[in-house]
Amino acid sequence: MISMQHKQGVNRRRFLADSTRLASGMLLFALGLGLYARKVESLPAIALRPPGAGGEKDFLGACIRCGLCVRDCPYDTLKLATPEEDVASGTPWFEARKIPCEMCEDIPCVKACPTGALDKTLLDIDEARMGLAVLMDQETCLNYLGLRCDVCYRVCPLIGKAITLEPQHNPRSGKHALFIPVVHSEACTGCGKCEHACVLDEAAIKVLPERLAKGVLGRHYRLGWEEKEKAGHSLVAPDTEHRFNLPGQMKYDYEGEGLMRKQPADSPFSDNPLDTLNQRAGGGS
Amino acid sequence: MKITRRDFIKTNAIAATAAAAGVTLPGVKQALAKSGDMKIRWDKAPCRFCGTGCSVLVGTKDGRVVATQGDPDAPVNRGLNCIKGYFLSKIMYGKDRLTKPLLRMKNGKYDKNGDFTPISWDKAFDIMAEKWKETLKKKGPTAVGMFGSGQWTVWEGYAASKLMKAGFRSNNIDPNARHCMASAVGAFMRGFGSDEPMGCYDDLEHADVFVLWGSNMAEMHPILWSRLSDTRLTKEGCEVHVLSTYKHRCFDLADNGMVFVPQTDLAILNFIANYIIQNKAYDKAFIDKHVNFTKTPTDIGYGLRPDHPLEKKKTGKGGKLSKISFDEYAKSVSKYTLEYASELSGVPQEQLLRLAKVYADPKKKVASYWTMGFNQHTRGVWVNGLLYNVHLLMGKISEPGNSPFSLTGQPSACGTAREVGTFAHRLPADLVVKKKAHRDFAEKIWKLPEGLIPAKPGYHAVLQNRMLKDGKLNAYWVMCNNNMQAAANMNEETYPGYRNPENFIVVSDPYPTVTAQAADLILPTAMWTEKEGAYGNAERRTQFWRQQVKAPGEAKSDLWQLMEFSKRFKAEEVWPAELLAKKPEYRGKTLYAILFENGQVNKYPKQQVTDGAGNVYDNDEMEHFGFYVQKGLFEEYRLFGTQGPKKGHDLGEFDAYHKARGMRWPVVNGKETLWRYREGYDPFVKKGEGVKFYGKKDGRANIIFAPYEPPAESPDNEYDLWLSTGRVLEHWHSGSMTRRVPELYRAFPDAVVFMHPNDAKKRGLRRGMVAKLISRRGEITLRVETRGRNRPPEGLVFVPWFDAGRLVNKVTLDATDPLSKETDYKKCAVKVIKA
Repeated sequence: MISMQHKQGVNRRRFLADSTRLASGMLLFALGLGLYARKVESLPAIALRPPGAGGEKDFLGACIRCGLCVRDCPYDTLKLATPEEDVASGTPWFEARKIPCEMCEDIPCVKACPTGALDKTLLDIDEARMGLAVLMDQETCLNYLGLRCDVCYRVCPLIGKAITLEPQHNPRSGKHALFIPVVHSEACTGCGKCEHACVLDEAAIKVLPERLAKGVLGRHYRLGWEEKEKAGHSLVAPDTEHRFNLPGQMKYDYEGEGLMRKQPADSPFSDNPLDTLNQRAGGGS
Repeated sequence: MKITRRDFIKTNAIAATAAAAGVTLPGVKQALAKSGDMKIRWDKAPCRFCGTGCSVLVGTKDGRVVATQGDPDAPVNRGLNCIKGYFLSKIMYGKDRLTKPLLRMKNGKYDKNGDFTPISWDKAFDIMAEKWKETLKKKGPTAVGMFGSGQWTVWEGYAASKLMKAGFRSNNIDPNARHCMASAVGAFMRGFGSDEPMGCYDDLEHADVFVLWGSNMAEMHPILWSRLSDTRLTKEGCEVHVLSTYKHRCFDLADNGMVFVPQTDLAILNFIANYIIQNKAYDKAFIDKHVNFTKTPTDIGYGLRPDHPLEKKKTGKGGKLSKISFDEYAKSVSKYTLEYASELSGVPQEQLLRLAKVYADPKKKVASYWTMGFNQHTRGVWVNGLLYNVHLLMGKISEPGNSPFSLTGQPSACGTAREVGTFAHRLPADLVVKKKAHRDFAEKIWKLPEGLIPAKPGYHAVLQNRMLKDGKLNAYWVMCNNNMQAAANMNEETYPGYRNPENFIVVSDPYPTVTAQAADLILPTAMWTEKEGAYGNAERRTQFWRQQVKAPGEAKSDLWQLMEFSKRFKAEEVWPAELLAKKPEYRGKTLYAILFENGQVNKYPKQQVTDGAGNVYDNDEMEHFGFYVQKGLFEEYRLFGTQGPKKGHDLGEFDAYHKARGMRWPVVNGKETLWRYREGYDPFVKKGEGVKFYGKKDGRANIIFAPYEPPAESPDNEYDLWLSTGRVLEHWHSGSMTRRVPELYRAFPDAVVFMHPNDAKKRGLRRGMVAKLISRRGEITLRVETRGRNRPPEGLVFVPWFDAGRLVNKVTLDATDPLSKETDYKKCAVKVIKA
């Protein structure tokens, strides 16, 4: 018994000691894990998640690191993070500049996911939000400079929706319009085709996680023209009719072009010669 | 280059202020030096790619082109480039440049089925000359031929044409421009008696309305599209109308975008003419004075082989015009009502009406642009003409903003192929081999015995392939193009001819193209600024450049190859005795001596080539041949324009072009011509004449009635889709240069089949899946694209042809316009199935 007790005692002591050690180890591990987890929650900006991944925290909670989505990706876009990468080990991710998402209509990666980490209700790939393209450098983007590159626009699977070209007068050349690429967040899926294809040595357009890419308008403010369009009419009763003091031959379009000369139907001249004379004297012509 | 925009603006601002104050600031120079650019030598050159003719500054350092920039002083592009132009400096440095002649050999000897083996130039010309002489002896001049290019420099085309037509007495020389511009040429000659547009790019700023007919300018002429767009943005009331058989990027800006059923452009144009007449909107004074009404023979076939059922069925032939009255013309177009045109074309009536109204409005200046949609058309000459009809009825022609304008595809389709006349039927400056007076003139300039140039036109591009296959054309030289990939119906018509054991095929190219793969002898070729050159763009602008760098290895320019090869032949070996008897002094002389040492071409001795800043440039041809070859050839060629029987083709002096950023011909007394045929603008129109289409004897242009006729092949139950082929912005033609630029390759790596999502769905296909595209002639495998830049309607698919790995011309049909002999690459019937 003594020996037993002794043994037990030793064992207990040992057990206690071991437990403490273990506990502190656990504590340290947990601490580390926590730090680690927090680190990977803030995924590096170049790392994009598969379609349907949702918020990083939820995704990491649900992803069991099975690799099935990676296996079923037909374009080798998705890869599993390795420990030396700044992405939670074993989770699927991709880098747009290397291999972008080809936006498969049947979304095999989502289908393969056994846990719902990739949202099963995502049935239309156009609804995916893997990130948001941002034209980051207007100083080197060739289209901003007036060249006719627009490669990002033409490779966009949602061309004309996710990226449009907004033509603007080119004051430098005087005669060659600038075609400014504009990304529209309501359509951009973050597939990364634009970043991948950008012909510059360092891409001027990049796909970022939405939290980095998107500004947020103050909650206190509304865009008047959008609200009016949504409502289909003015939010406040229509304006009254305005009348103005104007010289002859002039009219004023209150909500439109402003001050204009009336276009008489038959003759460019008013019946009253004074109208013509006064108008010229005023430098109108 | 790490200069931010702000630095740049600052430096420029300081420089500008300093310049205004007349002082030099050392700091400015330092700022520029910091960027490393001070050691780079800059010189001007036109871009190597499309017919727009943008100018770039080429930066050379240590014998290598290290940089380019859009030339800010060039009026065409004002410092801008498209994405191909941006990568110009990289096209010469693909890793697989050819640097040695390569001959198919087995056991140390030439063998048609041997492997390509490096040989010396001497050996290469030995075997070539042997094959040429053997062929000439056995079958005569019609069995030798050459396929050239609208990418040749002016003097390369000129030397090639002279060597073939005067040297070998063979008219079997045709350029790849046959695939591209021949229909436009046909219509210019029929309508106006003189090739090339009456207007210029300034029309892009002067027009009120733009109409694109079968031109995807947004991708194919990107810088011109910028100019058109800028006018659309800044000019009040400006509108853009776009017609195509599928939606492309021009539809983005279109105020009136119309997708029509293939081939029905013929009906739409006749409807517009009818509308103008019905509403009496036409310019009566103009047509009374300047226009003849004519009609063209109908049911003329489809340019297929004579034993093809479609050819046996035809009832008409050729393009001889017969005069008709205005009333007869009005009656001919009266069938093309709004309802009929709309029903046939599938374009809603209100859209057609809107289009007709802008043409019919005398207050609106209309510029119409077209490219391959019109030209690659089995009725290409007709459809070009039908558009001129509309402009001529309204007198909307030959003045700023009123301009029917044929855009060219290639950088020198105009400057070389057309102006030099490297076609089977042409001579320089609009002369033709058929006319004795024209041959006489060429023989006089070239100092040749009378009767030397054969009168019969040679084999055109499509016929060359057929004749190679049939064994009637046996010694064949392909230069500066990739026709195995470019010609239609590759399986049945192109490949068999190249591999026909009776034939010896030589291909000159900088890169191992699909055509080179099918050759027997490959000659490594210098490209772009590895030689001194000249190109002529779509607006008649001739632009020169100096040699900037040396070609790699043993690569030589086409000019060097042509001239060097001519040394291998003596007059006796190629000319009959009776012709030689007329010029006995040529006995024993080589073709080189006769054609190039004629006192004209070798007139200008070797000199140092310098620019205004005193930089010195190489000229490898001058060094090798001992005289200023390019200058001699150009000055001799210029005589055709200044002294030839067709007026209005004058070019400026050689040296002037090296100083100017291009000049638009006719250049008379150093002055360029912007708008042809109109008094004040055109020096060949006399005072009081107003407008004169002086290419025609009576000074009148032809309005030519031509009806709608169906295409050669239309979809049926089995082959249920239309196939249209074309280009993409990122790649130039067959991609042999642009696919070797990694960034461009990444931007559009492989060809895809653009199709409507419903068409894909019906075939069990999804975007990204691999499909087979099959016609009666061949099939290719490629991925399906249902999104992206091109949006075909249901029933039509579009495939770009740049991809050597997916050769869409295995599928296409070699039906051509019987008048222009240009292939219709826009219409044949295919099916698409899961691969």
